[in-house]
Amino acid sequence: MAAAVNILIFLAPASVFLALIGLAAFWWTLGHGQYDDPQGDASRILLDDPSDRPGRP
Amino acid sequence: MAMTAAHAAPQDYSAFLRAGDTDGEQTVDLLVQGARCAACMAKIERGVGALRGVTSARLNLTTGKLSVGLAGGGDPAQVIGRLEELGYRATPFDPMQAISQRDREGRRLAMALGVAAFGAGNAMMFSVPIWAGLFGQELGPATRTLMMWLSAAVGAPCAVYAGMPFFQSAWRSLRVGRANMDVPISIGVVLTLAISFVETVLRGRDAYFDAAVSLLFLLLIGRWLDHRLRASARSAAADLLAMQAPAATVIGQDGERRVPLREVSAGDLLLVRPGERIPVDGRIEAGCSELDNALLTGETAPLAVKGGDLCRSGGLNLTGVLTLRAAARAEDSAVAAIARLVELGAQSRSRYVRWADKAAALYVPIVHTAAAATFALGWAVGLGPREALLRAVAVLIITCPCALGLAVPAVQVTASARLFRRGVLVKSGAALERLAEVDHVVFDKTGVLTEGRPRLVDPVAAEIAMAAPLARASSHPLARALAAHAGSVMLADDVVETPGQGLEGRIAGRLARLGRAAFVGVAGAPSSETELWLAIEGEAKIRFVFEDGLRSDAVKVVEDLRRRGLTMEILSGDTAGPVARAAKATGIESWSAGLSPQEKAERLARRAGEGRRVLMVGDGLNDAAALAVAHAAMAPGAALDASQNAADLIFAGDRLAPVVEALDIARSARGRAMENFAFAALYNAVAAPAAMLGFINPFVAALAMSGSSMVVTLNALRTGWRRP
Repeated sequence: MAAAVNILIFLAPASVFLALIGLAAFWWTLGHGQYDDPQGDASRILLDDPSDRPGRP
Repeated sequence: MAMTAAHAAPQDYSAFLRAGDTDGEQTVDLLVQGARCAACMAKIERGVGALRGVTSARLNLTTGKLSVGLAGGGDPAQVIGRLEELGYRATPFDPMQAISQRDREGRRLAMALGVAAFGAGNAMMFSVPIWAGLFGQELGPATRTLMMWLSAAVGAPCAVYAGMPFFQSAWRSLRVGRANMDVPISIGVVLTLAISFVETVLRGRDAYFDAAVSLLFLLLIGRWLDHRLRASARSAAADLLAMQAPAATVIGQDGERRVPLREVSAGDLLLVRPGERIPVDGRIEAGCSELDNALLTGETAPLAVKGGDLCRSGGLNLTGVLTLRAAARAEDSAVAAIARLVELGAQSRSRYVRWADKAAALYVPIVHTAAAATFALGWAVGLGPREALLRAVAVLIITCPCALGLAVPAVQVTASARLFRRGVLVKSGAALERLAEVDHVVFDKTGVLTEGRPRLVDPVAAEIAMAAPLARASSHPLARALAAHAGSVMLADDVVETPGQGLEGRIAGRLARLGRAAFVGVAGAPSSETELWLAIEGEAKIRFVFEDGLRSDAVKVVEDLRRRGLTMEILSGDTAGPVARAAKATGIESWSAGLSPQEKAERLARRAGEGRRVLMVGDGLNDAAALAVAHAAMAPGAALDASQNAADLIFAGDRLAPVVEALDIARSARGRAMENFAFAALYNAVAAPAAMLGFINPFVAALAMSGSSMVVTLNALRTGWRRP
């Protein structure tokens, strides 16, 4: 029983760490203006020109 | 055709450039109209990007702004020219405005929302075993305390960070001696965190870390929605301003320069081309023309002006190129006097108390009294201070104001999104609340009930075909109205336009004149501003009469409004004749003509004094003051900037029907908001006694809180679904 609970010492920090990665990714996208032009980004994928990359000008 | 050459003269846009990200590069922001799809975007970016001196071009499809990077030799005028070739109208954007649009507060809220989501999810992960323990599953006290500590380690820092917007707002409001909705929220969150820590240290049973963070998460959704609504309305309003009077052409020693309006000073020499508005008050130095003052005074007939005349800002130059000596700065122009009236009106309107604040004023004292009573009574009946305090905190948590904080923003965002799709721009949530309450509608005539531009009376196809070759060549509104009836025709040869008089040219070799009676040689005819005469060598002279026609659906709109129980009247600055005709045609019995801007505002104030809640629909500068004092105000998209500033809602297009649609959706929004308030009250009436009696544990709290928020949000989405 005790052995089964001990695994928590690894699992709990691991799950928090994984969620932190998600939070950091969100912070990064926010800082890089990925929510500034949702319509434009949705349309850009339809263009064939490979130079049209998302992101700021 | 000297006029065309003047149009093509290169202009200097250097005042609109700002330093770019790298050395030697400059950026200009342009507002592009009409770009809607991926193909437009590709066309614009490639077309502009291929120009010499352009290093980058990127269009933001959501806001319609094109950001162009320019290196040595790049010229904004060239970019605007290329956009015009591609079929898009573009206006340079003031660099100061472009910078202020980076939305700091929005990002701060989005980040707080992200952190709250992270905290809520993870704290709840550790709460699940605790909840399981509540239902008699195997969970040792040591493991439970471990889980509570883990929950605290994740939840508490997140709650502090995500709660900052609320704490700051609460502190600001307390410092001026008032309590807004954020005060109980902050007290609730801080108390919850404190009591949960104490419970964790004392190895108790109830820790609400997950509840505190989820509460903040749900409230932040409402806060963020509200912010998005205000930000999008603000930027759209700024766009409209930029489209209208962005710049004036100043004639300096080194040629013409386009400068932002606020940089024009008294004594500057200004050039105003046909089709442009008079930027500031000024006296005419050279040139003669006709001015369309419809937006200024409501008069339909154009006003002939010549050298030495004083022109007021806002008038539209119709026929000739004018050179003006600026008599005032933009802030001191005729517009400014009206702007002061507008400001007064806006002050009276800011006293309006929004629904959510009214609800909060009821909610706060009741809930806090209930919590305090729970603690006092609980202790008195022998629960012990710890248990009594736990129950008091449970009351604060379970009666969470989620429904209040989320209900109204969610309804208003839904309503304004639906209106936006129908071409109505809502400038604030409070505007919808006020619009839902109106019971009397005041219309301006010119440009609101009528189209604000002349239309040919009794068109005869054969006569129009004869006049069309000449009419095509002019931008005068009467000529354009005439040409609009004709199909595609050849232009007349050798056309010369005499400003204020008419056009002369050759049609199939014969000399022809189109213009005022005196110009074409009709003697003794009364010279009217709303008719044109055509004379072709060897033919009888033909008379065309014009009038300002009603909007196509004006009669139906008046009928619809009457059916909804509203009374109506017309207040116009135009002369009695046209106003009486419009009143008769639309079936509005009550009307007044020849009113000054002040008189209009006074009439509205008097109606308000009678206890009426008035919706003002107006477009002119003469309506701006009335728009500002009205309970709610709407302006068409073609209105002057001052009027659009004073209005709460702006509608686009040639139809008047958006007035009815906006009213319906505003009323539907009020219905949904009231249902949400009723639900919140019912929920609290059940939950608060349950918390007092100690039936609430952390699991029930989490379930009840998110459940009630879900219900109000789903109800909000129903706003304006069915077309009433």
